[in-house]
Amino acid sequence: MSDDDFLVNIENLRFDYGDRPVLRGIDMRIPRGRVVAIMGGSGCGKTTLLRLISGQLRPTAGTVRVAGEAISEMSHARLYAFRRRMGMLFQFGALFTDLSVFDNVAFPLREHTDLPEDMIRDLTLMKLQAVGLRGARDLMPSTLSGGMARRVALARAIALDPALIMYDEPFTGLDPISLGVIGQLIRQLNDALGATSIMVTHDVQESLRMVDYIYFISEGRVVAEGRPEDVRDSADPFVHQFVAAKADGPVSYHFPAPDMAAEFLGAAHV
Amino acid sequence: MSRVLDMLRFLGGQVIDRVWRLGRASCFFLAVLMKSGAALLRFSLLFREIWFAGVLSLLIILVSGLFVGLVLGLQGYEILQRYGSAQALGTMVALSLLRELGPVVAALLFASRAGSAITAEIGLMKATEQLKAMDMMAVDPVARVVAPRFWGGVISMPILAMLFSTMGILGGWLIGVVFLGVDDGAFWSSMRASVDFRHDVWNGVFKSVIFGVAVSLIAVFEGYYSEPTAEGVSRAITRTVVTSALVILALDFVLTSFMFKGMS
Amino acid sequence: MKRSVLDLWVGFFVAIGIGALLFLSLKVSSFSGIDPQETYTVSARFDNIGGLKVKAPVRSAGVLVGRVMDIRLDAETYEALVEMRINSHYLFPADSFAAIYTSGLLGDQYIGLQAGVETEKLLAEGSEIKRTQSAVVLESLVSQFLFNKAEEGQGTP
Repeated sequence: MSDDDFLVNIENLRFDYGDRPVLRGIDMRIPRGRVVAIMGGSGCGKTTLLRLISGQLRPTAGTVRVAGEAISEMSHARLYAFRRRMGMLFQFGALFTDLSVFDNVAFPLREHTDLPEDMIRDLTLMKLQAVGLRGARDLMPSTLSGGMARRVALARAIALDPALIMYDEPFTGLDPISLGVIGQLIRQLNDALGATSIMVTHDVQESLRMVDYIYFISEGRVVAEGRPEDVRDSADPFVHQFVAAKADGPVSYHFPAPDMAAEFLGAAHV
Repeated sequence: MSRVLDMLRFLGGQVIDRVWRLGRASCFFLAVLMKSGAALLRFSLLFREIWFAGVLSLLIILVSGLFVGLVLGLQGYEILQRYGSAQALGTMVALSLLRELGPVVAALLFASRAGSAITAEIGLMKATEQLKAMDMMAVDPVARVVAPRFWGGVISMPILAMLFSTMGILGGWLIGVVFLGVDDGAFWSSMRASVDFRHDVWNGVFKSVIFGVAVSLIAVFEGYYSEPTAEGVSRAITRTVVTSALVILALDFVLTSFMFKGMS
Repeated sequence: MKRSVLDLWVGFFVAIGIGALLFLSLKVSSFSGIDPQETYTVSARFDNIGGLKVKAPVRSAGVLVGRVMDIRLDAETYEALVEMRINSHYLFPADSFAAIYTSGLLGDQYIGLQAGVETEKLLAEGSEIKRTQSAVVLESLVSQFLFNKAEEGQGTP
């Protein structure tokens, strides 16, 4: 595949929070039209990576290119122009609590287009229909369940038919049924819109079922990658630990600490 | 010795922190002003915030204004009639309300009613990632969320202060004329004779506009820069109320000393 | 909250705000501030202005006709030079008489204008009132009184 086939190109990406390195050199290529999962334990820098791709953070070193343009070198106006073609689903939906379901989904349309109100209504109802919540249009976000809120947020994220959709932990805190629904929606919407999806998650089983490619991140580096069928049978110790949900392995169960014997016998206090 | 050093260090840290916040608030103020175009042109946004800051504060402002007027009427009558000048009650009530009590007390009430609500709203939007989501939709949160709230407060404040003064004068009239028997004509005519529109009414309105800018800026600033946690938001709300009260009283002193200097 | 209900409330809010402003401007206060377009400035010299202040009223027959705008000391004659703005509705003869009075026993001081008789020549922008009377300073009044008493005592041994 040529460079043009990849919507997102990440090269040697580094990011430090103050003195603490979070990402230590990531290389990644996201092909157009695919659903790609980025997996790893909590706090491994997955969400940071997503924020770097969307331009919310600036990298310490390295570049993120979206459609050939370096995100970190863009002006504010150019970045906003790009973001109109990006959709992002936040971990808990991040719906506007003072707006109804309908107004939430209509929000990007009203802000970015001059369409007449009846056309906005039709478009909004179509997006809500796509996530199966056309009947819930008049509800307020506070009355929705977690799964429904996430679906409304998904409808809002795709309101402007984005070319790139990003998902931050879309499965967290959902019951198995809602989880399956969201997983299916992500797949369907991606294919229907001809978009590219990047999904940050630690839900292995659901991801293996629906994505095209998986990157594993640990301690700020890509440690493994591959298609779901390769991942399932992988001999790589990290992937094996993650997929089989083992407590200890390459990812240590213990937070780095001084030697236990030394600590308990008082040697460390001297 | 180390005690003294600790105290000095504490003092230095506090001063640096304050100066830093002041500088940041000034930059934020400029940003809000520069991004105010949409807020002022889209009436639906502005109306919602006038409703939120102004209409919802109406009840507390009207009731407090009435009571302050009643108390001024009682106390003023008691003092003035000792000198046989009870008919000056209208002048006293109107001048104290228009020049000081109206703008200041209305601003203090506004800070605790509307200012705290604005901080809470923006702080919670930040804590639940709504501001970030907006930014990701290529909608600037300062232009869409902060600026309308700021202007809603700035527009509401002088209206509330005028209503406060009006209710207070009516309260003073109620006590003085209806209950204590001050002559109705003398009450109004002595008031009209000594209250000057430009010096008293207009200066009071001007004061309340300044207070409106200060309180609204503090409220949106504290909300926007609050820590995105439940505890952080509650601390930001407290800071809004306390800082607003101090700033209102300090500004009032400065404005008064400029406005009423050398007036006879 | 429906849009229309919200608009109604905001409309009501702004309307009672305008109502309050009308009440404050028409019922509570009066426009004593003088429009500079409709005034003329005249000056007067006094030996002593007592406690006269800038913005003090200028009255004629008790009616407010203007305000004191500026008070300076003339460096050559050591007299106080007072500038005042008079409402152009009121025209005074050039030989009018200006005096500094006190309202009440210890009240604020103001300038009283007494119209002269020379009706052909009027005070205009920049003209000076020649005939003035200084403020009555209470201390000098009291000391004069005591001095006179003392002299009387000496005169009739």
